[in-house]
Amino acid sequence: MNSLYYQKRLSRNIGDKFFTSLSVICALIAILPLIFLVTYILIKGGSQITPELFTLEPNPPGDDLDAGGINPALIGTLIITTIASIIAIPVGVGGGIYLAEYSKGGAFSRFIRFGVNVLAGVPSIIAGVFIYALIVSTKILFGSMYSGLAGGMALSILMLPTVIKTTDEGLKLVPNELRYASLGVGASMYTTILKVTLPSAFRSIATGVVLGIARAAGETAPLIFTALFSYYYITGFGDLFYEMGSLAVLIYNFALEPYDAQNKLAWAASFILVLSILSVNIFSRILAAFTEKTKRV
Amino acid sequence: MEEKLPLFKNRKRFGIEKNIDIIFKNTALVLSSFVAIILLGIILVVFFQSFESFSRYGLKFLVTSEWNPVKDEYGAFTAIYGTLVTSFLSLLITIPLGVGTAIFITEDFVPKVFREIIGSFVELLAAIPSVVLGLWAIFVMEPFFRAFFVFLHNFFGWIPLFSTEPTGRNSLLAILILVVMLLPIVTAIARDSLNQVPKKLRNAAYGIGASRWKTIFSVILPAALSGIMAGVLLALGRAMGETMAVTMIIGNSNAFSWSLLSPGYTISSMLANQFGEADGSQVSSLFYAAFVLMILSLLVNIFAQWLVKKFSLKY
Repeated sequence: MNSLYYQKRLSRNIGDKFFTSLSVICALIAILPLIFLVTYILIKGGSQITPELFTLEPNPPGDDLDAGGINPALIGTLIITTIASIIAIPVGVGGGIYLAEYSKGGAFSRFIRFGVNVLAGVPSIIAGVFIYALIVSTKILFGSMYSGLAGGMALSILMLPTVIKTTDEGLKLVPNELRYASLGVGASMYTTILKVTLPSAFRSIATGVVLGIARAAGETAPLIFTALFSYYYITGFGDLFYEMGSLAVLIYNFALEPYDAQNKLAWAASFILVLSILSVNIFSRILAAFTEKTKRV
Repeated sequence: MEEKLPLFKNRKRFGIEKNIDIIFKNTALVLSSFVAIILLGIILVVFFQSFESFSRYGLKFLVTSEWNPVKDEYGAFTAIYGTLVTSFLSLLITIPLGVGTAIFITEDFVPKVFREIIGSFVELLAAIPSVVLGLWAIFVMEPFFRAFFVFLHNFFGWIPLFSTEPTGRNSLLAILILVVMLLPIVTAIARDSLNQVPKKLRNAAYGIGASRWKTIFSVILPAALSGIMAGVLLALGRAMGETMAVTMIIGNSNAFSWSLLSPGYTISSMLANQFGEADGSQVSSLFYAAFVLMILSLLVNIFAQWLVKKFSLKY
């Protein structure tokens, strides 16, 4: 009779209690520092934000008076990420189209899919080393060594696997009936892809690509010896072929300076970088959740 | 009056349309093979650049820790050791924490809303750039742990791992910041694989009278093991290649020491530090080190993919 009631002292119940509290403790240990980290960045960095920050050049470290702003780095990050996107998106979407629409699961497509996964796991600094050997040290780009262009190329290597994967997976989710219908009314393969399958997978592909761009914007390792850093305003097209600053490299350089003013600039840059990356992430998540809901109806 | 329309009209495709179709297909084919070209390019370029150093030092490079540009003596043992130690020890801390958190999120200890909030929060953290983590480590973590490290040295100094006086940046801090970096990855992947275990299994285990944790340990975790393992290996690859956060906090010293409380080096932090100013045979030696790093992370990645394929869920 008694055995039908919950018995506190039973060893299995004690064990269950123990492990439950253990997992709660794990979750707390895991999450508390993370919450602390984010709030610290937002508060410490947010308190450094001034209007001049967005318009001035950073002053070279040394005088501990005024650090200046981060305008060149901000613009540099935008330019370098744009260059990376211009290279990685067409190549990645094209490759993804081949994998999802044309390949028939043969050895070639299996090899490429495998290669995409391997490339995604290549350490980001290796991409920088590769571009350094290929472009910076050979001065192949019109005799310029370190340049924003080289930095953009290094970043594009990191973006490429993400773009291919999301295109491939997004296209695979498009129901085959759409393809049959399109081909059935006499459309050619490329019309089918460009007018039917790509548009219907557009949102999921766009979400993945935007997330990939956001990730690339925060990458530092591939830039430190391809784009290097610059203290000066970006004034024209020709600046693409010279050293170019970026927020990520600015944080790295100025965090290691012994001067307080530079450190503060690094916090301000982190604030801007983290805030924009997080908002892109949150926005695309909401968008993805919304799409999923409308599709299921 | 009424004109009769033919029901079907035979329309021949123009040659130009066919050609566009063929061109489109081949363009996509070429673009997709770019991945293979880039991958092979990276391997070949890094290998050939390291050739000079490789032929001079051979495998001795891997076991000596002299790094002296003046005397032209290079050995990367300190960096390789640092890479392996920091990544493995950080994983050792991350796995129980991450899997524990994932279990917490997938079981129904707290209402679903909270679990989803925690889950998406953890995922968002994976998006924080590592250079920002490095900045945080320098200005917040290092002062925070300083007293703890002194305590560690005073009481456990007889263990070689804690045998040096802590002075600012050191390998243990690098391990801790790697834990912060890897936790979101391991937690997210472990959660996904736990979620993929069919409900039937859980219900069956409960049905024959297993307690909650008996079910977790004997049914759910084994079923999700391959996914979790793959996630752990991916995290290992990430830890070995991680550059910025580690470079900023590890102290960057090539002097070999068993102690975690002394400044250390990893391959990627060595590259980040020296590549810009290196010349002569130092460049080749750095490429050699980069080659070692690449082979290590390639092996881990390929093994992870193999594991996923071999042991993926068969339910």
